[in-house]
Amino acid sequence: MSATLSYIKKKSPVHGLTGSTKFIFFLVWSLAAMITYDTRVLVAMFLMGVAFFKMSKLTWKDVRFAVLFMVWLIVVNLVALFLFAPEQGVEIYGTRTEIVHLFWRYSIIAEEMFYLFNFTLKYLAVIPVALLFILATDPSEFAASLNKIGVSYKVGYSVAIALRYIPDVQRDFREISQAQQARGIDLSKKDKLTARLKNSAAILFPLVLSSLDRIEVISNAMELRGFGKKKKRTWIVERPFKKADYTAILTAVCMMIVSLGCIWLNGGRFWNPFI
Amino acid sequence: MDKKITIKSIVAIGIGAALFFVVGRFIAIPIFANTTANLQYGILSVFSIIFGPLVGALAGFIGHTLIDLSWGGPWWSWIIASAVFGVLVGLVKKKIDIENGKFGKKEIITFNVAQVIAHAICWIVIASALDVIIYKEAISKLVGQSLIAFAANSVTTAIVGTLLLLAYAKTRTKAGSLQKED
Repeated sequence: MSATLSYIKKKSPVHGLTGSTKFIFFLVWSLAAMITYDTRVLVAMFLMGVAFFKMSKLTWKDVRFAVLFMVWLIVVNLVALFLFAPEQGVEIYGTRTEIVHLFWRYSIIAEEMFYLFNFTLKYLAVIPVALLFILATDPSEFAASLNKIGVSYKVGYSVAIALRYIPDVQRDFREISQAQQARGIDLSKKDKLTARLKNSAAILFPLVLSSLDRIEVISNAMELRGFGKKKKRTWIVERPFKKADYTAILTAVCMMIVSLGCIWLNGGRFWNPFI
Repeated sequence: MDKKITIKSIVAIGIGAALFFVVGRFIAIPIFANTTANLQYGILSVFSIIFGPLVGALAGFIGHTLIDLSWGGPWWSWIIASAVFGVLVGLVKKKIDIENGKFGKKEIITFNVAQVIAHAICWIVIASALDVIIYKEAISKLVGQSLIAFAANSVTTAIVGTLLLLAYAKTRTKAGSLQKED
């Protein structure tokens, strides 16, 4: 369970930003990384991301597991991309510079390696910022920040409920699964796959049915308190924007403009050093 | 959209997303490399049938985003596919009168046809198309990946979703279940 990332309270310039700022920053930043494939932009974004991470006073230890897991995912993806389409880079960049021929249809091609490098960078550009968003944003501020960027407060409240009840559902899950294990229902590798699927249903039944009851209880409580009567609501954790907030948002927007500008300059999403 | 959304839907979205998160994050049954049986889609389909497409969409979207964030990076193409899955299954809500405890052969078939079509659209069409657009991944890799995801998810949804709906239907009182004694 310790592998799950969650909010770590610290005093730092990043923690001082409002939840809305971090949310907007994260959205704009990941969008900017999503649209571009320009190596220079992605490298700059990655380095800036690492710099922001340093600013937050979070340590490598806080994120080590998550980062290693992401690296593992990226590596699996890279291997799959290479195995399925070893010439994808050639198709994108239009030239073919073979370095070494391996076997059958596989060879090490400069264009393909460059494509895979950029693919990796696309993740690396977002990971530090995403980690910051998760580790440095107080979850209770999250609903307020969703509302601030124009999402209906009701939907914001759904998110708040999800965050609030994850630990409860998790505890339910653990209790139910232990109770079922005591009755000989096993989910581990010792059982066959079909048996495990069936067994998991035995755990899911009580979990889902108790959650449906919970929906009833919570919605009645909210109804009794007159939730949703007004068009607007206030949030106890909402903070006004400060100078640093505007600077942060401006930075993200600048990055977006750079990312778009490069697409325009390159005449496409790719920066091609091979011509 | 805002006016129609009831308090119950709001809560259902939140709890649905929490369930999706917990099940997706902590009950992973590995099938093979990097692919696990995603039981959370069985649960999402149940929420879509009980509460409708809007709840399905948002519970899927929020739940999947939270799972991805807890690993460190959101994979938007697949998150959007999850949301669409919630919508598509929710579309047959009207055909299945689960609230009155009706979930017989006909409903089971309707549900499973709907969920298989929904999975096909989500993984083979939407997730792959977005992966091509966003990440410029090679189509041949995506075909393999999406077919595995499609097969694994539809089988688990068929088992888990159907069993859960059967169990839920039993907890509801059937219309006309009381009979006047002679």
